[in-house]
Amino acid sequence: MAAVRVMRGHFDVERVRADFPVLARQVNGRPLAYLDNAASAQQPAAVIDAVAGYARAHHANVHRGVHTLSQEATALYEAAREKARRFINAASTTEIIFLRGTTEAVNLVAQAHGRPRLKPGDEILVSWLEHHSNIVPWQMLCGQTGAVLRVVPIDRRGVVDFDRYLAMLGPRTRIVALAHVSNALGTVLPIRAFLDAARERGIATLVDGAQAVPHLAVDVQALGCDFYAFSGHKMYGPTGIGVLYGRERTLEAMTPWQGGGDMILSVSFDGTTYNHLPHRFEAGTPNIAGAIGLGAAIDYLKAIGMERIGHHEQELLAYATARLADIPGLAFVGTAPEKSSLMSFTIEGVHPHDLGTVLDSEGVAVRTGHHCAMPVMEYFGVPATTRASFGLYNTRAEIDALREALLHAIRMLR
Amino acid sequence: MDLADLYRDVIVDHNRRPRNFGRLAGAIHSAEGNNPLCGDKLHVFLEMKDDIIRDISFEGTGCAISTASASLMSEAVKGRSRAQVADLFGSVHRMLTRHDAETDADLGKLAALAGVREFPMRVKCASLCWHTLNAALAGSAAPVTTE
Repeated sequence: MAAVRVMRGHFDVERVRADFPVLARQVNGRPLAYLDNAASAQQPAAVIDAVAGYARAHHANVHRGVHTLSQEATALYEAAREKARRFINAASTTEIIFLRGTTEAVNLVAQAHGRPRLKPGDEILVSWLEHHSNIVPWQMLCGQTGAVLRVVPIDRRGVVDFDRYLAMLGPRTRIVALAHVSNALGTVLPIRAFLDAARERGIATLVDGAQAVPHLAVDVQALGCDFYAFSGHKMYGPTGIGVLYGRERTLEAMTPWQGGGDMILSVSFDGTTYNHLPHRFEAGTPNIAGAIGLGAAIDYLKAIGMERIGHHEQELLAYATARLADIPGLAFVGTAPEKSSLMSFTIEGVHPHDLGTVLDSEGVAVRTGHHCAMPVMEYFGVPATTRASFGLYNTRAEIDALREALLHAIRMLR
Repeated sequence: MDLADLYRDVIVDHNRRPRNFGRLAGAIHSAEGNNPLCGDKLHVFLEMKDDIIRDISFEGTGCAISTASASLMSEAVKGRSRAQVADLFGSVHRMLTRHDAETDADLGKLAALAGVREFPMRVKCASLCWHTLNAALAGSAAPVTTE
């Protein structure tokens, strides 16, 4: 497995870029400017090598064989779990469940925690800026149980209304499910205050951390949430792997979601005994390679340091905001005082999809569309936005390239 | 891939100044179409005389390709019969999707959309209006979608 060098001194973006093989390529004859990190981030060689190295030398099924490869695979898989535990400061690895990603995590909580507990008229609270993956599983749960989904409003900046939130926490509120960071707007919620208010009232809490963990240090014990979910591929790891953190006593009170191998201790036709945590919630052969890759991504982020990453990204955000602000007809969508390093915007007279195509012809990759947050688009009265999202390897030069490409698109299309 | 081939002057012009844009007062047929991935929405209105499209208009929001395609389509199908529209759609569809196809001579200004086939993600933008027109002709009540 590739060793990760610890970065000392100031943040050296060129050294970071050298760690990401894909950044060396060209797109349509131009250097790639990858500004779609909120959709999926690129992988450093350390992650690529960890996944390949596992396949080359250690692959076998986990938790099963007594042979050497199975023991090695199990050790690597469980070591990744320990890395994930430390990454978010969970109390125990029994609280770290490997899943496909944040979407699967929310679905698991809805079905394994919510479904047996919720009664008709009970309430689930989400905010207006949620990603579809933190809306639809709850709508499905409401359909199954007769519970009601309530939505905390946002304001024109994209800030969730805390006073309204407090007022909406009621005697029937059973679950609060909130994004830590908005994928469409970049808003960072003061999540601790939201969670404190729910916990004081004995309400279960889930945080969608998919857009948070790549940018800021997360401590689930300090947050005091019941569940925290995130995805590997948004934090420079592979796709198809993610983590559900669940507080141990909350997980212990839940019945399994999916049945199968690995989640049992014994099976007979007279009855089945379920496995201990966390395996009870990992039915079937897991994404072993993905978990190992995620572990490598965590090592990589820790070697650089979340604080340093956050600082670099905030500098980029400030630079980009200033550089784009004077583009005629450009309007930012999402102007919360505390934002992660992404910007959604519209340009008068130029549709986001045309922008996306013109930008791509100049090597600039951005996301255009509704960002799986259609209620947010509806709130701002736009069918779609263009979103540029910055990661640890992005540079000011790439933001300059974005600006030039936007001006080109305007000249061409407006 | 050549951007100038996608955003030809005709396309840019029809996007800036879409023809037959708005609601048709005497419409007896209409249909809605949407492209859920883009958020594009389109409403096509038809005034028929027997089998012939006497008048047509459209409304909605979309990208330049989607708007220009609807605008060009509205000019092209006015005065044509259902069978002629079906033939025309066939030709447009071949032009949008098949690299080996010669662009049919009778496409006229619609041939400006030929560059779309080099951009597979954008074919849906150009074809949404045609699917919506078909739904309007068929009197279909449910909105059509590109997905």
